Amino acid sequence: MTATRIGLLVAAVVLLTVPLWVPGDYYVSVCSQILIYAIFALGVDVLIGYGGLVSLGHAGLFGIASYAVAYTLAAGVGHITAILSGLVLALIGTAIFAALSLRVTGIGFIMITLAIGELMWGLAYRWISVTNGDNGISVAHRPTPFGIALDPPSHFYYATLIVFALSVFATWVFIGSPLGASLKGTRDQPRRMNALGYHVWLIRFCACMFSGLLTAVAGVLFVYYTQFISPQTLTLTASAEPVLMVISGGSGTLLGPIVGAALVEIVKNIASAYITRWNMLLGAIFVAIVIFMPEGLVPGSMRLVRRLLKMRHKAPAPAVEPTSSGPTP
Amino acid sequence: MNLWLLLAINSITFGGLLFLLSAGFSLIFGLMRIPNLTHGSMFMLGAYVGASMVMTFHLPFWIGAAIAALAVAVFGGLIERFLLRRLAGAEQAQVLVTLGISLIVADFCLMVWTGDPISVATPPDLVGGVRFIGVFFPTYRIAIILIACVIGALLWALLDRTRLGAMIRAGVDDPQMARVVGIRVSRLFTIVFCLGAALAGFGGIMGAPILSVYPGLDNDMLPLALVVVILGGTGSLLGSLVGSFVIGFIYNYGQALFPELAYFVLFLPMVVVLVLRPQGLFGKQAP
Repeated sequence: MTATRIGLLVAAVVLLTVPLWVPGDYYVSVCSQILIYAIFALGVDVLIGYGGLVSLGHAGLFGIASYAVAYTLAAGVGHITAILSGLVLALIGTAIFAALSLRVTGIGFIMITLAIGELMWGLAYRWISVTNGDNGISVAHRPTPFGIALDPPSHFYYATLIVFALSVFATWVFIGSPLGASLKGTRDQPRRMNALGYHVWLIRFCACMFSGLLTAVAGVLFVYYTQFISPQTLTLTASAEPVLMVISGGSGTLLGPIVGAALVEIVKNIASAYITRWNMLLGAIFVAIVIFMPEGLVPGSMRLVRRLLKMRHKAPAPAVEPTSSGPTP
Repeated sequence: MNLWLLLAINSITFGGLLFLLSAGFSLIFGLMRIPNLTHGSMFMLGAYVGASMVMTFHLPFWIGAAIAALAVAVFGGLIERFLLRRLAGAEQAQVLVTLGISLIVADFCLMVWTGDPISVATPPDLVGGVRFIGVFFPTYRIAIILIACVIGALLWALLDRTRLGAMIRAGVDDPQMARVVGIRVSRLFTIVFCLGAALAGFGGIMGAPILSVYPGLDNDMLPLALVVVILGGTGSLLGSLVGSFVIGFIYNYGQALFPELAYFVLFLPMVVVLVLRPQGLFGKQAP
């Protein structure tokens, strides 16, 4: 698989040199944001792509991590304690989330997770004594690991990049592990897996926990990135975003969520400077993806490339090919 | 004492609105297995269209409401016919497309009606209230309750007493078998989707004098519809009726009693139902 290696190498070089060729601090920050959301989307993809479970409540878990960090920092603890408390609290939240929502699968799962996400939003919005309501909580300083201040955008970008690389690697390992394989089994043939003696619920639960961990990591990074957290981060739209990233990029792939995160964040942060109606643009892009590439951008473009290659190999061959287009079952 | 009674009236009113919203959602979900995440947008779109008809074009309220319901029904029909039909069974694509459309609708409404909340005047013949055993009942709220009851009865009659209803029920129970028997399930899909959209749009304009119309109304209403449907059970009219009133009560009393934890209290019954009876109070055993 040399093509994959070359691709990885190019991606690594491009990502490592971002602060050098990207014009200005603002765009470096946008890149950090893309990476943070890519981690978030990877977490959601573990459930959607590999577990077949579409969650519309992950912003709630994301928010627990963010709020926990902001709240504990405001209470005066150190960064390490704050980060740990964010991760641990978010994982506890994920366990409850999973215990409730895994009672059903399919569309029921979507609705329950959505409701739980809204519940978290409601708490953040209304539980003013803890969350400060709509005013949110500010985070005064970013941490300084090993004496390096993360305040300049490029420093923060590299810190995010390291966490991002670790997250991608962890996801890759998880997906390749026996647990990941059995998760795919529960997605495709839950009954058969059950008959084979696998504990379907437990496998899904573990996937939820891993997904929650990635989400929590993204949430911690996010609160340090914006240095502010408000209920806005937990809205339905915020939960829908990673799902949209995953599905538009291509669920069940490692690259898909990353591409989707880049797409959404670029439209949100860069196209919005030129177009007032960028939300409409984003919606139109999603609809277009569903119509033209229902399997997502990454698998869809790979199919296109493969088709092009095939056409070039047998140049005079008729352009008719088995119509694999249309809605995939 | 008086406050509790007023809260109760508000709860029933809100329950009626929720019923208009969730009955369609439940039917669409039960028949088509589509998580119609545009349902909140349809409610908002109906509210905005109706508000324009009433406030800008000075049409009578009920004509405005009818136009709003019709407009949203057409909108729903177009979505179903041209987008959702191609995505049967592709749950992820359905989520993507319905969320994409709700983004477009939200932005469209923001563009046309700006970000300022619009308050819609109560229809003139329903202003004021009725005094009954010493308590003041606002007429408009009573009207909403009555209308919700009438629509509920009509829906029940439609589903339970007509040929179309029998076909819809057959489609909900076993779409494949219904097709085999010769029912055009795809046409039922369009009918039910239009009907659900019209109900949501009508609910939007009915709620407008109480809730007013503002950006974000869609995201406020959609989770409530979901909770109602989870609570009552999908595809069940009785389920959404009971669920709507339960949620209406919890929503109003929760906000009055525990303002800080209002949402927590709201979602609690859903959790309890999920744990004890995952298919909902009146739902059939999950397939």
